[in-house]
Amino acid sequence: MSMLQVSVYRYNPETDSAPYMQEFQVDTQGRDLMVLNVLELIKQQDSSMAYRRSCREGVCGSDGMNMNGTNGLACVTPLSAVTKGGKLVLRPLPGLPVIRDLVVDMGIFYKQYERIQPYLQNENSPPAIERLQSPEERDKLDGLYECILCACCSTSCPSFWWNPDKFVGPAGLLQAYRFLADSRDTATRERLAELEDPFSVFRCRGIMNCVAVCPKGLNPTRAIGKIRELLLANAT
Amino acid sequence: MVTNITNFGRSGLSDWLIQRVSAIILMLYTIFMVGYLLFTPDIDYLTWRGLFDQTWMRIFSLLAFLSLAAHAWIGLWTVVTDYIKPTGARFAVQIAIILAIFIFLVWGVQVLWGA
Repeated sequence: MSMLQVSVYRYNPETDSAPYMQEFQVDTQGRDLMVLNVLELIKQQDSSMAYRRSCREGVCGSDGMNMNGTNGLACVTPLSAVTKGGKLVLRPLPGLPVIRDLVVDMGIFYKQYERIQPYLQNENSPPAIERLQSPEERDKLDGLYECILCACCSTSCPSFWWNPDKFVGPAGLLQAYRFLADSRDTATRERLAELEDPFSVFRCRGIMNCVAVCPKGLNPTRAIGKIRELLLANAT
Repeated sequence: MVTNITNFGRSGLSDWLIQRVSAIILMLYTIFMVGYLLFTPDIDYLTWRGLFDQTWMRIFSLLAFLSLAAHAWIGLWTVVTDYIKPTGARFAVQIAIILAIFIFLVWGVQVLWGA
């Protein structure tokens, strides 16, 4: 028996007056389980435990949570990467309203994503077959399009914690740059005009929490730097 | 687009640029002052006075003061908008900060060009 001590954030607004931490003992049988496996074992002990999950392989971005103080996807985070002294503390993503247990309300995160108009805009009439890109133009989208919107980055960013209604956040800005960098998008000026205020982009202080936690290994800070360069290049 | 009326340059881009340029000016001024204090033997009132009697030093100092004023305003504006959410309280603190910066700036000019 190799027991893992897991402390989980619990909150059911219908029955609890305040959130609390609940302790569980989980038998890992000595295996280096993923954190999501541990949550499934906990759910066998207490079926009222609520969390989001779907693909269990780091593609859907549903099970973003805070594990021993660091955001990540539970399904692709092995216990060996997060546990300290045989103890695991699971909390919901910081800074977002909790709906229940580890389930957060992602509304404001999606609102910021919506704000950057995450779709291709092209004023020219569509060609008969498709809009072509050179391999070099396509290469510019690498490291940008892979984002799965799990919100691990934005909810680890203090600038997003303090101003989630005004600062787009690393996830949204990575996508903003994804469309600014796309050779097929012609709305560059309009997109930049929406971003030049003191909050949307410039509230980023470059502390790179987003880079440290991104489960897909992306670099929002670099994308934010590129947006700044574009803003500067387009200014007089 | 988020509307702002109390930040330094009305735009995040200009604030960001001013913050960086003013930081470089302040760095150069700091390096100069530290170098001067380290490599000038026996500094007394007359050598210190002699340094600040020169027009280029007054211009350099005024540039540093103006940079400090802009840098402090932009930086503290950011801190205040992060941490003080009620508009009235935030506005009051912003007024106090801007007033203090203004007083220090005028005082600095008086020191530079005063008797």
